[in-house]
Amino acid sequence: MATTHSRTLARFMLLPSVLLLLGWMIVPLCMTLYFSFLDYNLLSPGSEEFIGFLNYEFFLTDPAFLASFFNTLLLVGGVLTITIGGGIGLAILLDQAIWGRNYVRIMVLAPFFVMPTVSALVWKNMFMNPVNGLFAHFAAWFGAAPIDFFAEIPLLSIIIIVSWQWLPFAALILLTAIQSLDREQLEAADLDGAGPFSKFIYIVLPHLSRAITAVILIETIFLLSIFAEILVTTSGGPGYESTNITYLIYTQSLLQFDVGGGSAGGIVAVIIANIVAIFLMRLIGKNLEG
Amino acid sequence: MAMNNKNKSKLIYTLLAWSISGMIFFPILWTLLTSFKTEAEAISSSPSLFMFDWTLQNYQDVLQRSPYFNHFWNSVVISLGSSLLGLLIAIPAAWSMAFVQTKRTKNLLMWMLSTKMLPPVGVLIPIYLLFRDLELLDTKLGLVVVMTLINLPIMVWMLYTYFREIPNEILEASRMDGASIGAEIFHVLLPIALPGIASTLLLNVILAWNEAFWTLILTAADAAPLTAFIASYSSPEGLFYAKLSAASTMAIVPILILGWFSQKQLVRGLSFGAVK
Repeated sequence: MATTHSRTLARFMLLPSVLLLLGWMIVPLCMTLYFSFLDYNLLSPGSEEFIGFLNYEFFLTDPAFLASFFNTLLLVGGVLTITIGGGIGLAILLDQAIWGRNYVRIMVLAPFFVMPTVSALVWKNMFMNPVNGLFAHFAAWFGAAPIDFFAEIPLLSIIIIVSWQWLPFAALILLTAIQSLDREQLEAADLDGAGPFSKFIYIVLPHLSRAITAVILIETIFLLSIFAEILVTTSGGPGYESTNITYLIYTQSLLQFDVGGGSAGGIVAVIIANIVAIFLMRLIGKNLEG
Repeated sequence: MAMNNKNKSKLIYTLLAWSISGMIFFPILWTLLTSFKTEAEAISSSPSLFMFDWTLQNYQDVLQRSPYFNHFWNSVVISLGSSLLGLLIAIPAAWSMAFVQTKRTKNLLMWMLSTKMLPPVGVLIPIYLLFRDLELLDTKLGLVVVMTLINLPIMVWMLYTYFREIPNEILEASRMDGASIGAEIFHVLLPIALPGIASTLLLNVILAWNEAFWTLILTAADAAPLTAFIASYSSPEGLFYAKLSAASTMAIVPILILGWFSQKQLVRGLSFGAVK
C-alpha cells in the first residue's frame, strides 16, 4: 500500500521529466505560435510587427505549399504502401520453418540501423547515379538507357530510399504480431480444407489488423518529418518536385530567415501531425487498458 | 513421403527468404565491399563482387584528410551522454508511474508519448534562436540536451513497461523491512530491472546515433556527429565512392552490431505498446 508519504515522493520524482517535457514542448510551441503572427525576418531584426494571419495566408496560398503538401502525401503514402505490403510478405516468410532464420532476420533488419545520411548518399551515388551507379551499369548491360533518378523521378527515388529504411521496422513489428497467432486456428482451417489464400484473408490478416494500424500510424508520424534524405539528395528539387512540408519550412526559416512565415508553416505541420497522433493515441490508450 | 514434402517446402521457403533478405542487405554489403576498392574500381562499369585488389587506402585517406575521429567522438559523446542523462531523469519518473499509480498516471504517460509525436519543425525556430542566444549552436552540450529531450518519452515509456513486469510484492517486502524509498530503488528495483535498463540504454544510443534532423541543423564543423559529417559528402569533388564507402562503413558498423542485440527492445520501444 502506498502511503501518503510515498505519494508525495512519487510526485516529486515525476517532476523533472514532466517539467523538462513541458519546457521542451509547450514553451517553444507557444513561441512558434507567437512568431507566426509577426512580420519577423532575421535579416531585418528589430522591425517585428504584428500582422495577424497574414503569414498563414501567404504560406497556405504559396504554390510551394500546395506542391509540398501533395509531395508529403505521396511520400508518406508511397512508403506506407511499400513497407506494409513488403512487411506482411516478409513477416509471413520469416514465420515459416527455414534454415538459418537468425541470419535472415539480421539481414532484413540491418537497413533500419543505417543512419539516414549514409543510406541516402549510398543510394544516390552508388546505385542511382546515371553514369557510375550500379543501376546505370545494369541498364547498359541490357542495352537500355539509364534513368537519371533524381532529375527524372526525384520523389519516387526518395520514396525508394525511405522505404528501404522502414521496411525492416514494418516487417519486425508484423512478425512479432504474427508469432502470437493461435496455431490451432490454422490447423483447424487446414482440416476444413481452407487454402493458403483464404487462410491469409480470413485468419492472418484479421489477426494482424491491429499491428498494421499501429505500423501505419507510427511510420506516418516519423515519415511526416523526413528531412535528411531530401537535404543530401535533391535539396527539394528540381523546382519543388521533391520538397515536403518539413523541408519547405526548413528553407523558409533557416535559408530565407523568414521567421514569421516559417513559424506559420510550423504550426500547420503541427496540426497535420496532430490529426495522425489523435488516432495513434487512441490505439495506445486502448492497449494500456487491456 | 510427408517428411519429404515438409523438407521440400522448407527448402523452397529457405531459398526464397535468403534471396529476398540478400537483396535487402545488398546495399550495405556493397558499401562494405566498395570501401576496400580503389576509386577507379569503385566506378567500374563491370564491377566485381569479390575479385578486386583489396586495399585499406580509403580508410587511411578518410582518417588522415578529415577530422574523422573528432566526428566519431562527437557521435559517441552525444548518443551515450544523452542516453545516460536520460536514464537519470527517466528512472525516477518510471518508478513513480509503475509503482505509485494514481488516476492520472495513464493520462500522464500518454501525454509524455504524445510529445514524441510533435514534428520538430513545430519548434525549429524557437530552439534555433534560443541556441543562438545561449551560444549553444555547434556545441556537444547543446545536442546532448536536445537528444535527451527528444528521447525522454521513449525512455520513460520503455522503463515503465519493464518496471510493470516486476511484482509489486517484492518492493513491498523491502518496504516492510523498513527500507527507505532510496534504498528500495537502489538495492531492490535496480538490480532486478537491470536488463530492462540496459535495453533502454541500448535502443536510445542507437536512436541518438542515427538522429539526423537536429544534428544537421544545430551543428557545423566543431560538434558535428557522423550523421552531419557524412552529409558533407553530398557535394563532393572528383572520385569519392570508395572514400564515401569507407567513411560510411565506420559510421554504421558499430551501430549495426549493437542493433542486432536490440531487436526485441526495438519492438517494445518504438511500437509504443500498440503491439503486444
